[in-house]
Amino acid sequence: MKAAPFLYVKPKSIDEAVALKERHGASARYLAGGQSLMPVLNFRLDRPDLLIDINGLSELRGVSNSGSGVKIGALTRHAEVAKSEIVKSQLALLSECIPHIAHPAIRSGGTFGGSVALADPAAEWPACCLALDARIVLRSSKGERRVEAKDYFLGLYDTARTENELLIRVEFPAVAAGTKAVALELARRRGDFAIAGVLAQAKKTGVRLENVRVVFFGISDRPVRLSAVEQGIAEGQPMETIHQAIDAGINPDDDIYQSGATKTHLAKVLLGRAVEQLRQ
Amino acid sequence: MSEQMQISFILNGERKQVLVPMRLHIIDFLREKYELSSPRVGCEHGVCGACTIRVDGELARGCLMLAVQADGKTIETLEHLTQTGEIKDLQEKFVERNALQCGYCTSGMLITAADLLKQGKPASREAIRDHLSGNYCRCTGYEAIVDSIEAVMKKRVESGKRAAR
Amino acid sequence: MNVQSKPGKGGYIGQSMPRPNAVRLVEGRAQYVDDVMLPRMLHVAYLRSPHAHAKILAIRTDAAKKAPGVVLVATGKDFANIEKFAGVLAHFKGMKSAQQSVIAIDRACWQGEPVAAVVAESRHLAEDALELIEVDYQPLPVMVDIERGLDADASVIHAELKDNLCFSRDVDAGDFDAVAARADHIVEQTFRFPRHTGVCLEGRSVLGNWISADKRLTVYISHQAPNMVQDCFAKLLGLPESAVRVICVDVGGSFGIKTHVYGDELATCALSMMLGRPVKFVADRLESFVSDIHSRDHLVKGKIAVTKEGKLLAVSFEDRLAVGPYSVYPRGSAVEGNQICNITAQWYTLEAYRARMQTVFTNMAPYSNYRAVGHPVAVGIAEGLVDAAARKIGMDPIEIRRNNLIPDHAFPFQSVSGMKFEVMSHHRCLDELVKAMNYEALRKEQVELRKKGRYRGIGIASMIEITNPSAMFYGIGGVRVSAQDGCTARMEPSGSIVILHGCGEQGQGTETIFAQIAADAIGVPLETVRLVTGDTEVTPYGGGTWASRGAGVGGEATWQAARALRHNILELAALITQTDIGKLTIVNGSVVDSASGEEKITLAECGRIAYFRPDTLDSYRPELCVTRHFVPKQFPFCFTNGVIACHLEVDVNTGFIELQKFWAVEDCGTVLNPQLVDEQMRGGIVHGIGPTLFEHCIYNENGQLQNGNMADYLVPMPCEIPDMVVCHVSTPTKETEIGAKGAGEAGTAGTPAAIMNALNDALLPFNTVLTDMPFTPEKVLKGLGKV
Repeated sequence: MKAAPFLYVKPKSIDEAVALKERHGASARYLAGGQSLMPVLNFRLDRPDLLIDINGLSELRGVSNSGSGVKIGALTRHAEVAKSEIVKSQLALLSECIPHIAHPAIRSGGTFGGSVALADPAAEWPACCLALDARIVLRSSKGERRVEAKDYFLGLYDTARTENELLIRVEFPAVAAGTKAVALELARRRGDFAIAGVLAQAKKTGVRLENVRVVFFGISDRPVRLSAVEQGIAEGQPMETIHQAIDAGINPDDDIYQSGATKTHLAKVLLGRAVEQLRQ
Repeated sequence: MSEQMQISFILNGERKQVLVPMRLHIIDFLREKYELSSPRVGCEHGVCGACTIRVDGELARGCLMLAVQADGKTIETLEHLTQTGEIKDLQEKFVERNALQCGYCTSGMLITAADLLKQGKPASREAIRDHLSGNYCRCTGYEAIVDSIEAVMKKRVESGKRAAR
Repeated sequence: MNVQSKPGKGGYIGQSMPRPNAVRLVEGRAQYVDDVMLPRMLHVAYLRSPHAHAKILAIRTDAAKKAPGVVLVATGKDFANIEKFAGVLAHFKGMKSAQQSVIAIDRACWQGEPVAAVVAESRHLAEDALELIEVDYQPLPVMVDIERGLDADASVIHAELKDNLCFSRDVDAGDFDAVAARADHIVEQTFRFPRHTGVCLEGRSVLGNWISADKRLTVYISHQAPNMVQDCFAKLLGLPESAVRVICVDVGGSFGIKTHVYGDELATCALSMMLGRPVKFVADRLESFVSDIHSRDHLVKGKIAVTKEGKLLAVSFEDRLAVGPYSVYPRGSAVEGNQICNITAQWYTLEAYRARMQTVFTNMAPYSNYRAVGHPVAVGIAEGLVDAAARKIGMDPIEIRRNNLIPDHAFPFQSVSGMKFEVMSHHRCLDELVKAMNYEALRKEQVELRKKGRYRGIGIASMIEITNPSAMFYGIGGVRVSAQDGCTARMEPSGSIVILHGCGEQGQGTETIFAQIAADAIGVPLETVRLVTGDTEVTPYGGGTWASRGAGVGGEATWQAARALRHNILELAALITQTDIGKLTIVNGSVVDSASGEEKITLAECGRIAYFRPDTLDSYRPELCVTRHFVPKQFPFCFTNGVIACHLEVDVNTGFIELQKFWAVEDCGTVLNPQLVDEQMRGGIVHGIGPTLFEHCIYNENGQLQNGNMADYLVPMPCEIPDMVVCHVSTPTKETEIGAKGAGEAGTAGTPAAIMNALNDALLPFNTVLTDMPFTPEKVLKGLGKV
């Protein structure tokens, strides 16, 4: 289980990184936190010729305010997201996710951008991007472009990011004050990827929930937002009706431990609990 | 380009300049080049925690870090934590409470526990388990490990309080 | 800290002494095989078959031979001079296995079987070259179906064996049908115990160093039985026993995984002999999953006959278990099934017992003895059936056990299957358990919580465990695994004591308890006792550490050797001080007058005279180095007993099970070191939790392991495990002076049944019973009819 040979380079600027990648194309990989790339290298499941280590690009690290929203640099570690006062006060949904994310050593190594770039369907950050209408900022030699989260996640580990583009940050629009956020997931062991997860947020006005957002993860090839479910919750529809919307909206594949039907069931249970928490 | 790269870093308090094969993860490198045996190869895919080391003061999975990435960084292994005496109390408690059997997970356990103890505040048993959640031990069933960390934490917090008074 | 004519109060025995050899482990100074670096050392990596069953048509190695850093590329044919092997035990009637070669030659029989080896300057380079080897495979039919493996039309893995049956056994004691006819109920239950594996954190590791000038092979190996490795490797490599030295320093977890001969380990030594250089092999995590032995994998149909008053009359079951394509050498793959036939439900006063067991070859990874061999299944069947019977007649699980466990006063006792039990304490253990867990309060809490929609369950599992095996275990079957242990006790000139022992350490605390025993037996401070284990060149011959034999067999050898040394020291002291030996004793490293306690002479002074001025002792020759051997003979095994309780909560909406707590009461006879026994229990319980809730080697119909990595094969991590309360009852065995029985198996033996019973107790209001382990959330949800 030793990685096949590759070359390594650590560029000093984004331009240099992007230029290198464009020169080497599909035989090169950007290396961020390495928490997902390194295992596949060790397994020899991936064998790039060149690793472009972007960890020298300090401008890609950190959480800051941008206008009314929040931007998170691609190299921001999960642990830094967890500690960020900006995240705590303005992106409650992300804070709710933290306890579910891996383990201390992974949190200090893994990056926000890496997670969004990889787009594991069971990961929390991609689901947060979708739930919060984030824009994913991609950089190539042609410049920057922004992709809306809803247009970014295309399938299993498949995104709108083209081969050579570098994900440099994620921009979150402001979340309305008073919005309550819930992140629930079920994993067989603490810190494992979710077998089913739900992110939900809403503003509670009297007994009503407004601006409802619901994203499921771990149940499809990508995070899934179901507007019919959101509408149903906002309108106070009975849970059975909302469950029908879930059945219509998701069709999880079986995995080695559970069937798609089980995942759908768990998604419903989690949603019920999330809504209950939002109503409290 | 060569498959090796010159790096400079601080290893267990000593500055090192060395040529490193690019594809080596840092555990193989530390073990082969410096004959440090405490960093252990367990799973090489980031699950078991046996390779946990300290990089710039933070926990890191050594099997998920390339040796070349040590360039400019400060790397600490259990050998160093032993030498500085930082976790002498914890090591003694591990022995007294038998918080290890075969010892293979122990380097990673101690370094991960040291990270929690460094925070200097009390933690519940659940929080201790949570901090250790990525470290696998096949022998002990974890309880003795949690007991040891809890006991050392209590003692440190108490002596910290006394010192503050 | 004074001398003991028998182990007892006041000495080190019975105290929770910490392990002196743990200090180097916490300082990062352990020495596992991978830490051993020898000059000119090479590394070997093995190419493994991607097919579960395939004919090897051709192997092309030219490109690999030319790859950078490669020293040698070898295929199965290059090892043809190594004797083939088969783990067949002569006392298991009808047992059979095909002959296995060290590296597959014409045919690969499981996914992961080694087919070629590359020796190179580094593991990296060896792996690079592996990718250049081309193998032409012709896939053959794959047999992985435990239920169809013996059907007439099943594809047979080894044509020369005629069928896929490795071993079968029928036990028919008492007249089951007649006895069952008197029962009010016959309750049936089917159980599934999953295939799982050891996941030792240190992979299997070996470093062979052949020095042709000496004609000697030194083998550094991560193993539990150094003398067995010496015997087997010498035989198979065609060397005299004396040419093989086996060294086991620190071992990073073993649990039975490291008691076997693995082809790749043997091949590594053969490669060292071919090259005349040290060659190291360390199994990486992926190859561990497909080449370490697997275990369990049973499908069991059981029946229990019970009266309406709660008297258990008879038990019967049929057990089908799936092993690998070969019976693992030398201990075989049939002990698991055999033990189950022997012990299932034998802790109850049954009138009849019928068991049928069939061990079936498959194209899955090799399979053999793993911690608590057979016990989790034997206890699972019995305790699952007992609870099923209790549910049927509406009796409390504690009560039905009280009614039927062999009375504590009934020993010695012969069970209906013919097992001979010297002494046990089922009722005292159960009483202790009920007290420790506050059973009544938990039952009340359960009722209250149910009203709030929370479903907690309490599960009990009584059990017995085979420990301290005699020669009836392997020797009788022609398997050259030592049943006896030897111990040498030596006093050095300074008065310090060295204990050399054939039974080594994998973290259980073996060396520590031997030191405690020796210190008490002689009368010296513990810190003056030093242990030497794990080197066949210097330690007396022994069986090693498995089947919980270290304390009971190895410990007794230590006691006998140390007592003999004490006698010799006293004889010497009596001569020097001109005192009647009967008036002398040894306390704290000095020979003293037994009546007054007055110091007569220190051991250091005895040592000085014995070693440097023996001329002053006239004709007396001091013997300050003695060896004693011990093997149990009165009973084939020393049975221990205990009971485990599990408390858990089921989330009936998600199917997730949250373990609340475990309580265990174990009777391992004399408790040599309570903390070490507790930790054996706790570690053992977690080995039981794993395959009950998480661990499962999942194969598809093509014999491909679906989850052979640590992200997908779920071992219990810190947050999945609750705290565990351990209590002791002590009824020492009289077969030895120290009275210790084994303590390493009980936790693993009883835990699956305790969890299963707790789960079904929690689900009682839903009228569903789950018996298919591991109990995943999906299985719970299915049981509840929710998916």
